[in-house]
Amino acid sequence: MGTTGTPTNLTQGSRTRGGIGESTLRPDGILKVTGEFAYSSDMWHEDMLWGQILRSTVAHAEIVSIDTGEALATPGVYAVMTYDDLPTEVKNYGLEIQDTPVLAHGKVRHHGEPVAIVAADHPETARRAAAKIKVEYRELPVITDEASATAPDAILIHEGRDDHHIGHVPHPNIVHRQPIVRGNVEEAAKKADFVVKGEYTFGMQDQAFLGPESGLAVPAEDGGVDLYIATQWLHSDLRQIAPVLGLPEDKVRMTLSGVGGAFGGREDLSMQIHACLLALRTGKPVKIVYNRFESFFGHVHRHPAKLYYEHGATKDGKLTHLKARIVLDGGAYASASPAVVGNASSLGAGPYVVDDVDIEAIALYTNNPPCGAMRGFGAVQACFAYEAQMDKLADKVGMDRVAFRQLNAMEQGTVMPTGQVVDSPAPVAELLRRVKAMPMPPEQQWLTAGEAADVRQLPGGLSNTTHGEGVVRGVGYAVGIKNVGFSEGFDDYSTAKVRMEVVGGEPVATVHTAMAEVGQGGVTVHAQIARTELGVAQVTIQPADTQVGSAGSTSASRQTYVTGGAVKNSCELVREKVLELGRRKFGTYHPAWATAELLLEGGKVVTDGGEVLADLVDVLGDESVEIEAEWRHRPTEAFDLRTGQGFGHVQYTFAAHRAVVEVDTELGLVKVIELACAQDVGKALNPLSVLGQIQGGTTQGLGIAVMEEIIVDPKTAKVKNPSFTDYLIPTILDTPTIPVDVLELADDHAPYGLRGIGEAPTLSSTPAVLAAIRNATGLELNRTPVRPEHLTGK
Amino acid sequence: MRVNFTVNGRPQEADDVWEGESLLYVLRERLGLPGSKNACEQGECGSCTVRLDGVPVCSCLVAAGQVEGREVVTVEGLAEFAKQRAEHGGCATGSCGTSLDEARRWESKPQDSHTGEGGELSPIQQAFIDAGAVQCGFCTPGLLVAADEMLERNPTPTDADIREALSGNLCRCTGYEKIMDAVRLAAARQSEAV
Repeated sequence: MGTTGTPTNLTQGSRTRGGIGESTLRPDGILKVTGEFAYSSDMWHEDMLWGQILRSTVAHAEIVSIDTGEALATPGVYAVMTYDDLPTEVKNYGLEIQDTPVLAHGKVRHHGEPVAIVAADHPETARRAAAKIKVEYRELPVITDEASATAPDAILIHEGRDDHHIGHVPHPNIVHRQPIVRGNVEEAAKKADFVVKGEYTFGMQDQAFLGPESGLAVPAEDGGVDLYIATQWLHSDLRQIAPVLGLPEDKVRMTLSGVGGAFGGREDLSMQIHACLLALRTGKPVKIVYNRFESFFGHVHRHPAKLYYEHGATKDGKLTHLKARIVLDGGAYASASPAVVGNASSLGAGPYVVDDVDIEAIALYTNNPPCGAMRGFGAVQACFAYEAQMDKLADKVGMDRVAFRQLNAMEQGTVMPTGQVVDSPAPVAELLRRVKAMPMPPEQQWLTAGEAADVRQLPGGLSNTTHGEGVVRGVGYAVGIKNVGFSEGFDDYSTAKVRMEVVGGEPVATVHTAMAEVGQGGVTVHAQIARTELGVAQVTIQPADTQVGSAGSTSASRQTYVTGGAVKNSCELVREKVLELGRRKFGTYHPAWATAELLLEGGKVVTDGGEVLADLVDVLGDESVEIEAEWRHRPTEAFDLRTGQGFGHVQYTFAAHRAVVEVDTELGLVKVIELACAQDVGKALNPLSVLGQIQGGTTQGLGIAVMEEIIVDPKTAKVKNPSFTDYLIPTILDTPTIPVDVLELADDHAPYGLRGIGEAPTLSSTPAVLAAIRNATGLELNRTPVRPEHLTGK
Repeated sequence: MRVNFTVNGRPQEADDVWEGESLLYVLRERLGLPGSKNACEQGECGSCTVRLDGVPVCSCLVAAGQVEGREVVTVEGLAEFAKQRAEHGGCATGSCGTSLDEARRWESKPQDSHTGEGGELSPIQQAFIDAGAVQCGFCTPGLLVAADEMLERNPTPTDADIREALSGNLCRCTGYEKIMDAVRLAAARQSEAV
């Protein structure tokens, strides 16, 4: 320690205000509360037209004919386009498998598939014109589940598949299959004193982001197009859009507009290509905005799943083996199904030590709505099943349910079923301990509160259906494991451009990335990183666009890790150049320029002992220092197609929940009283944003536990509830208090030791609520969401 | 048709309005006020909440023709509306407008999106930022209008009051905890200021 009164052993950024670790406020906050923040549906252009999509009214049919005559003749209509009007040979798109038609060709494969597009001078004119397009369908039998998809005479959803999964799937109506096999399950099963088998059903959840799919395409004089859009990954969109338009990528200039939430639902394209096609055809700017009804058809959903689990345990409570089969319904197009299969299988054992496993996950092609990415991505469905299994097994063994989990909890050094050694903290038992130690909400408030008793806090709320009669409390616990980042050997990089210069007599850092800010607060964190690494107060965040290299997707809890890592890396490179500049200019005046560890702090160059060597303003002068660089986390590798072995995931992330519910057992109404969460975040770069992610993710898990489900008619494969009237998401009345206990155990492989956080809380929230309802009712409840009829037994 | 009405204290005239257009559409697409949001356009989400003659309504469910001659306050006018209320007492209709004297003192100030300098926020807007109640922000305008109206009626709400008043406003990002914090914060600051 220093003895002279000057601080010693400073580290970069340790004295910078507004750097990492502080709850700095959002840079876009003011614009968002004044209504001035420009979302993709707010775009407006002189002379713009409105685009409208005509969607199939049936789920599976051959298209016999399309007659656009009457629509085209409608006054105010500028263009009507079908498959035949597509300009190039590239007529399909897709994230991994290009199986999704821009406009239907010869066949429709799901309810709501785009068939034709219209541009008109008023949205209502466009809607009415689209309704005048006559499409004659010859209906085909619908494939809606595993049995109908893999029947010997099943119609193939996609004939002539040539994608890279077709060689290893047992049936062409299976998108991808991933087994994870380790040890010897049959032998290990002999050691089991208790065996629990369960069959679980997970409903189809919608992302239900509030900002509808929308954007504005403006044709440019150079024959290209400028697209203002809400997405999760600009460069992925670009790669899919440009070939369909027949344009080089540099002529499709994309700028991120305000994004009204995403949660996975904007990984796939929606209206991007349609708006560009109409803009290029008419020569006018074209705006498309889905309404909520169309939004339910306009993006993929969370895969519904059937999960078959068998666990064994010895009489002292140690897991012996796991057999699992996870059947995910991918719907009509592949979207992210292969990666969802990879997650569901590789994380199918949960955060537990079990040496002998035999897991298989598949995704089906069916005529149900296409399913793909949603927060939690395959790990959510598995967590629902294995956590139900853990409770049943604990009961059989006769152990406390939390203690049983803790006994079997994985930790740093545990070998995953994929053979991957977990090489950073995995505090599963500790998270359970913490969440259990939180104080419990008081019981039977309606009795103890006296005059303060409030019907609004009871099941049924203002419906005034009970004053406590028939109300039973239940408590449930769950814990989950999620991977961070794109896995299985994907080149998961990001790019950041950072510039440092003097503006108005002050050193200013400018950060430019293509990261999609979808509400998570990445822009806040980027500014914090730049302050920490460059020791400046002023940071400007440039709008995200395709003028800078790819940032990868705002998905998989990866952006703070990967684009945050890229910003950190570029800042470090800028810092080195600034210090070189300083050495050239001032090195001869002070020996510390050559000998000491130099830092940028408070707008100055200082030594690690705190001695000031120069002002950044003087070091930079008129020069600006700029670096654009890609940054990669350590590589992962693909899972073996037969055994699932491989270093598949770059990082794991964990959360645990305790749910407290009160159930009106007579009416089957559930009131979630509290949903406590403990999560390890590695390092909280912005603690306020971390809480927001955990509470938001928890609430989406609550939704799929008790209310959210897209209902698809099994006879017609048509969606029955595409509206917020019939598809319910939690309101502020449905959502309980969510106390959060944040643990920060650094992952030495990650920037600042951080851990991706966005998804983990969505995993364990659902099974915790289900466990609490089971605890209150004594019912088995093997499906989610739980509806009143499941509780009243009628 | 032509519709004449007052928005945020200023008379507005919208021409060529088709009879089926909603107030929301006219605000967003004809008057350049896209702050009121279009999350569901069917009266379920509250993102388009405005005050119509002082009453919070879903502007997507109000036919444009119904607002002829009436007063509308949107999120864009919320700061000024709250200021008028604080200075002159209840101006719940939004019809107070700007006095000639005040208008003469008004000058345009550029707003810095990072620091908010130059802009003036209502207490509820500031509380949403300070409490971390804004993520994607799409629900924010409707929630602000609804929460501001509740605090006008009920300056010291219980948690149950807040939840009841905001139950018509969906948020998908926050889990509502920080929204609760923001409204509690605005109420506390308001009662301290009195």
